[in-house]
This record gives sequence, C-alpha cells and structure tokens, in this order.
Amino acid sequence: MSQRHGPVTAAVITGSMPEMDNDHGPLQHHFDDMAQQNESAALGMWLFLLTEVMFFGGVLTAYAVCRYLFHDAFAEGASHLDVQMGTINTIILIFSSLTMALAVRAAQMSKTKLLVGLLIATMVFGGAFLVIKGIEYEHKWVEHHVPGKYFQYDGPMANQVHLFFSFYFTMTGIHALHMILGIGWMIWLTIRSWRGDFSAAYFSPIEMTGLYWHFVDIVWIFLFPLLYLFGAGAGAGH
Amino acid sequence: MSHDAHAHDEPHIVPLSIYLAIFGALMIGTALTVWVAVFDLGEYSWLHTPLALLIASAKATLVVVWFMHVKYGSRLVWIFIFAGIAWFLVLIGITVGDYVGRNWEPAPNAWQAAVEAPRSSELG
Repeated sequence: MSQRHGPVTAAVITGSMPEMDNDHGPLQHHFDDMAQQNESAALGMWLFLLTEVMFFGGVLTAYAVCRYLFHDAFAEGASHLDVQMGTINTIILIFSSLTMALAVRAAQMSKTKLLVGLLIATMVFGGAFLVIKGIEYEHKWVEHHVPGKYFQYDGPMANQVHLFFSFYFTMTGIHALHMILGIGWMIWLTIRSWRGDFSAAYFSPIEMTGLYWHFVDIVWIFLFPLLYLFGAGAGAGH
Repeated sequence: MSHDAHAHDEPHIVPLSIYLAIFGALMIGTALTVWVAVFDLGEYSWLHTPLALLIASAKATLVVVWFMHVKYGSRLVWIFIFAGIAWFLVLIGITVGDYVGRNWEPAPNAWQAAVEAPRSSELG
C-alpha cells in the first residue's frame, strides 16, 4: 500500500529519508492520526450504506404499494413460501452477524488466529444461508413459481401472485447478491488476516466489512417478516 | 461525549457479554416475530404488519447500535444514520400515504365539495 504515496516515491528517488517507506505504518499521510482516519473510514462506509438504504428502499416502497393494492393475492403468494426455511435462514444470519462482530473484536485485541477462525465461521454461515436460499429457489423452479414465461398458478389472482413472486425473487435475489459480495470480501480479508495485516493498531477493513455484513443482516431482518410471514398471518383470516 | 482522549489511543473493545446479550435478544426477537405472525389476532389481524415492522425495527436498532458500534461512533455518524432513516420514511410514508388515501370513500365533506363545486357550475 505504501508504494502509492507521493512523498515516499520522492524519497526513494532522492534517496533521502528511506525510513519513510514503511515507518508510517497503517496511517495514511493525509490524516493527522489514527482516530481521524478511522472516523473518516466509518463515515465513508456509512455514506455507502445510505446509498444501499436508497437502493433497497425503492424496492421496499414498490413492494409496500403493491402489497397494499393486491393484499389478498400477495398473502396467497406469501403462503407458498417456506416459513421454516426462512426462519432457519434468519437464525443463521444472526449467528453470522455475531461471528462478524466477534471477528472485529478479535482484530481489536490482535488475536489473529481467532480473527481468521471467526471470519471463516462468518463465511460458513453466509454460505449455509445461500445454500438454503438455493434449495428454496429450486423448489420454486419446480413448482413453476419463478416469474416469466413458465410461471404457472391456478387461481383467480394468478397475475397478482405472479407479481408477488417477482418481488420475492428481486428482493431476495439482490439480498443474496450482497451476501455473495460480502463473502468475496471476507475471502480477501481472511488471506490478509492470515498474513498478519491486522491488529489493534489497524483493523479498518475488518470493521468496514463488518458494517456491510451487519447491514445485509438488517435487510434480511425486514425481508423475512415482510415476505415469508405475511402469508402465515393472513392464513388465519382467509 | 465521544471526544474523550481515551478514544484516540485505543479502539473501544465491547465486552463479550454484551455481544452475546445482543445475540440473545435478536434470537428472542426472531422467535417473537414468528410467534406474532401465526398468532390469531382476530379482528385486530391488521396489526400483524405493524407488529412485524416494530419487532424488525427493534432488532435492526440493536444491530446498528451495538454490532455496528454506532454507540461509540461520532455524532456525525449518528446524523448520517438519522438522515438515512428520515429519507426512507419520507419515501415510503408519502408514497404509501398517497395510495392509502386514494381509497378513502367517501372523501371528507370539505374535499368532496372542493372537487364538485367547479364541476357542477360548469354543468349548470
């Protein structure tokens, strides 16, 4: 990382101050101290997460409107989702959030092996979530509930149920995509952790990936009751 | 508050017990979410969605404040988060409010009069 620094390059060229090459440590030259650098990183990450709120917020708003307009059809569509698998996935994701939070803690305490283990645990939980999601998608595929040309639904509100499944696949799909990206980041972080890049002195990448991962967990915390449990509640009334 | 000298030297390490407590609370919240969803509320069945959103918001708050360390974050982070929540509430509040309001029949008297007044004069 340090090779990118202008002053360092200048120092290398002129042959003066060679110690600057590595001695600045994790502190980038445009920050006064680590506290300022960490706060800037956190702020930048939160700004990114706000764009994510806008991203998911748009779909959620569209879903809210359509669910209001086609209440019964959406409840009927939701009743075809597997509440058991959704609940298991919710629990798995909370476990992964815990291991992620503990990974940040391990980095803060310079416990490298623990950090690597917890990152791997987080990825395993994330992977398990995706496998269960995949099984659910497969069931929907077999039942012809995947939106598009081959969608089949016998009932008076087939079109609106079709719309519900479009929302289901869009929302869970972009959520799953976020998880795949998160796991990708974590593979990179695990390698770097193993290399010994992180310690109490520098763990921003771990913390920032943690923020991202927790955000993805929060999205699921809302998606689970809004999609899966809507059918369960309405089932009593219909 | 968050500007004490201590924060500048060492990262704030949250005790393990707090992480486990938050984890436990999230698990209880999940169980509660499922329980409320299948619970027969009778004539108050419309409460299912508000209750589900309430529990989900509580769970999200725990994650943001503790797992995401916002409790120990700068005030600027708090402002960012509230700006995000406010933005989202404006988006969904006004949009859904519009669609819900469209179906109010009959419209309040004053609105009806305002809508019909010019029309009847045109016809008359």
